[in-house]
Amino acid sequence: MIEWVGAIVQGTLLGGLYALFAAGLSLIFGVMRLVNIAHGDLIVLAAYLGLSTTLMLGVHPFVALIVVMPLMAAIGYALQRGVLNRTLGPDILPPLLVTFGLSVILQNALLEGFTADPQKLNGGAIETASLAVGGLAVGVLPLLTFAIAVAVIAGLQWVFYATALGRGFRAVSDNQDIAQIMGLNKAHVFGLAMALALAVTAIAGILLGMRTSFDPAIGGGRLIFGFEAVIIGGLGNLWGTLAGGVILGVAQTLGAKIDPGYQVLAGHIAFLVVLAVRPNGLFPRVEH
Amino acid sequence: MPEVLSLNALDARYGDFQALFGVDMTLAEGEVIAIIGANGAGKTTMLRSISGLLKNKPGQIVYRGRPIGGLRADVVAHLGIALVPEGRQLFPSLSVEENLLLGGKVGRPGPWSLEKVYDLFPILKERRRQASTSLSGGQQQMVAIGRALMANPDLVMFDEISLGLAPVVIKSIYDALPGIVGEGMTAMIVEQDILKALSVSSRVYCLQEGRVSLEARTEDVTHDQITQAYFGVVA
Repeated sequence: MIEWVGAIVQGTLLGGLYALFAAGLSLIFGVMRLVNIAHGDLIVLAAYLGLSTTLMLGVHPFVALIVVMPLMAAIGYALQRGVLNRTLGPDILPPLLVTFGLSVILQNALLEGFTADPQKLNGGAIETASLAVGGLAVGVLPLLTFAIAVAVIAGLQWVFYATALGRGFRAVSDNQDIAQIMGLNKAHVFGLAMALALAVTAIAGILLGMRTSFDPAIGGGRLIFGFEAVIIGGLGNLWGTLAGGVILGVAQTLGAKIDPGYQVLAGHIAFLVVLAVRPNGLFPRVEH
Repeated sequence: MPEVLSLNALDARYGDFQALFGVDMTLAEGEVIAIIGANGAGKTTMLRSISGLLKNKPGQIVYRGRPIGGLRADVVAHLGIALVPEGRQLFPSLSVEENLLLGGKVGRPGPWSLEKVYDLFPILKERRRQASTSLSGGQQQMVAIGRALMANPDLVMFDEISLGLAPVVIKSIYDALPGIVGEGMTAMIVEQDILKALSVSSRVYCLQEGRVSLEARTEDVTHDQITQAYFGVVA
């Protein structure tokens, strides 16, 4: 019995990581209706940037975030202004194709630069530390990951609903033309949204790299988990995205408990069940 | 009075469809003009062109001596041109107050502030935390007007502000207009309700199928002239 409870706890904490994969995806879709196929590869890119930073500067992966977050934000802004803004319009196909192309380019560039060998970020003692909670051993890193996910989502929520920047995001999302008439340059607002999304992606990438080994090809799987978390939670609802991540994580760990081969499958099944029962997700944004 | 805005043989197109043909117009400092015309005459297209949502040749639209026909809408907004769009078009994700604050985004100095807008439309202060879409049509129109004023524009363009509103609401909004224009603003009022438009303006232009069919001083214009210009037939 305690093993099952343990699996649920592990799954919940894993859900925090999935929510971090999903938060950037959700933010970008919410602001500019862009489905970023390269999102998973950008997470992997962040992990590799973290790897390079830790090796070059000899610092802990968490300290590397001081470099990787601004770097990913800058990449996001440049990518949006230089490439992605040109693809946005009434037709939804160009951004899909371009981000798909970007995904291929990123994977191959990482392969060139870092080879296909699996890599890992060295988090030190924190990776194996655990807390005993009522007969369960709960890993400190998963616990910290979940806490960071909650903090990131609370932070994004605050930016969206309590700052001028968030007001701009929501206005541009509602009506691009009218927002432009009010003096908002949508190209710049979109750039800022992508910068923020990729700063979150940096956190996700570093935590991913400390948790498991990674190689240039794993982006696609992270993209799927992120998508599933967003859709399960309901589009446009960041707390829903966290719930979606948790449901996905719990389904996966319970599946793995039955048979290790069922881990990913169980997640997909949970996703399909939610989609069948609640096509808009569990907590779609309430329209005012 | 110095010229604030001039349109010089303005052509405007949506793809292959040409909506405006050589429109000439001038607007002097502090002047209020009315633009009338049937549906599809090109009134909204003209406002979209001036506000920068439709690109034109630079010299076709001149604002305070500066060609602005090719500028982006957000740049035009910073120069001091505001639009109250047809159908209000408030931001549904934003509260009443957030809609107004967004209007103040351009940060131009001037008399209009949140407090001043609330003085003009006290009901909005009561409702400031509500979602903008929960208001009545008239209250939404007040938000749309307040949002434009928050930018402290030199020139404000009103597109069909009475459309879809009850007569008593239209009256209260028009009653508020002198208080707005009295702040030294130049205004362009596009309106289906011709009498309302004429009652607050000093000159009137009529558009018909993308061309100016009448330009006159409001006090001189006759009913027959308007009918002819509006419908293109002699009544």
